[in-house]
Amino acid sequence: MSEPAVDPEEVRHVADLARVDLDDEEVERFTEQFGEILAAFEALEEVPEVESEADLVNVMRPDEAHECLSQEEALQNAPESEDGYFKGPKVS
Amino acid sequence: MSTYNAFVTRETIEGSGEGPLADKTVAVKDNISTEGIQTTCGSKMLEGYVPPYDATVVERLKDAGATISGKTNMDEFGMGTTTETSAFGATENPAAEGRVPGGSSGGSAAAVAAGEADLALGTDTGGSIRCPAAFCGVVGIKPTYGLVSRYGLIAYANSLEQIGPIAPSVEDAAELLEVIAGQDDHDATTREAPWASEKRAGDAREQGSFDEAVGSGLSEAADGDVDGLQIGVPTELLDGADEAVVDTFWDAIGELESQGASYHEVSMESLEHAVEAYYVIAMSEASSNLARFDGVRYGPTPEYEGNWNEEFAGVREEGFGEEVKRRILLGTYALSAGYHDKYYKQAQDARDWIKQDFDEALREADVLASPTMPVPPMERGESLDDPLTMYLADANTTPVNLANLPAISVPAGETDDGLPVGLQIVGPAFGEKTIIRAGSALA
Repeated sequence: MSEPAVDPEEVRHVADLARVDLDDEEVERFTEQFGEILAAFEALEEVPEVESEADLVNVMRPDEAHECLSQEEALQNAPESEDGYFKGPKVS
Repeated sequence: MSTYNAFVTRETIEGSGEGPLADKTVAVKDNISTEGIQTTCGSKMLEGYVPPYDATVVERLKDAGATISGKTNMDEFGMGTTTETSAFGATENPAAEGRVPGGSSGGSAAAVAAGEADLALGTDTGGSIRCPAAFCGVVGIKPTYGLVSRYGLIAYANSLEQIGPIAPSVEDAAELLEVIAGQDDHDATTREAPWASEKRAGDAREQGSFDEAVGSGLSEAADGDVDGLQIGVPTELLDGADEAVVDTFWDAIGELESQGASYHEVSMESLEHAVEAYYVIAMSEASSNLARFDGVRYGPTPEYEGNWNEEFAGVREEGFGEEVKRRILLGTYALSAGYHDKYYKQAQDARDWIKQDFDEALREADVLASPTMPVPPMERGESLDDPLTMYLADANTTPVNLANLPAISVPAGETDDGLPVGLQIVGPAFGEKTIIRAGSALA
């Protein structure tokens, strides 16, 4: 079982994809831990292919309007709102 | 207020005084939405978040007359095995001083063990009800996937998690489960359990005659009658377990034998891959679920200058603890281009394999039994620096979530050092009555 190489750049790249800033110490710790954890995940390569018969059915309902939260309730936890809308950071 | 830091929020919703739980206090895990009462998931990200609606299970508690006594501490977003990753401090174990209460529903189990609530709700994604029940010496049930509505549960890994009861006895746990179980239009994965309809058609997978005398109610099933019960013991779940835990486990099996049950050992090779498969799937689902925490609709007030990507990344750096970041990043990695087939697809294959192994083993046995946790409660602070070791402690509980099956943890006894050990009993899909009946012979 070879240890997959995880370098700090890879950790930073994934953190960037996930929109999570990390400090340098976190990057260092995660680099080491991810190597170890991903090496353990490698054991999944030994799993055989199995024929599965999933016992699944679609669950449908009529497309009808139901009561839902009021605009006020939906906005009550937002750090910032304006004119009944959520207010987010600028796009670019 | 609480000696053990079992609660994040101590606020009471008085019961109506009428219904099956009229005289009971129920503590609710803090990832289950309660209208008008702060719900944090043990995270700074949701500090001060007040849900505008009740989870279905909370509505059902209120309808049953229960008094809700507060919101219990937990590993942040359910990610942990010790209740030490909470942003609101660790919970202590009332049954074993200096040890962790287990996790992630550690606050719920500690509240019940300490008598600070009669009953509690937890959630179980990979063992988060059964582990703290085992470590705190109480009873916990992880229901069959689809038995209990997840509407209003703040999601971590949707395909794995279920809400379930924690209680001092099997009968009490069964009574609470009966209240919260059932089909819900707000959760399309719920269905009516075969035993819930009054006609007892009998599950085709529940073979033999063991179950036939059980009445329609779940709590009536807690009659302690295990005469004729066939128990399968998967050897893979004993391999590598702590010796004192294994000894206590066999004592409990001996006790069941003395009451008329019999056991045989069974090999389930697929279980050796359960922890890896579980973590790949759970982390992948988490990376997607937790994308919603960006500081716009709820969360810390952002004060950063930058475009939205920079601002979201800043909010998430500040709001999430280290274990949550670790799982989001590993999940993102496992799903990213070039790695999806290697990790996620293989994990799904393992899940199918595990399901098949359980189906086969449960054709030869009414239930399967193992130690709930392969180790006794860890010392506090011991496992935080070593995530992989903490993940491996979930070896016996995660297979059950991957297979969507019901399982109960009941106290099996104590090690020579006085540490609680749990016995896990796994049943066929919607075989809640069978595991309740088997567990009630011990607690």
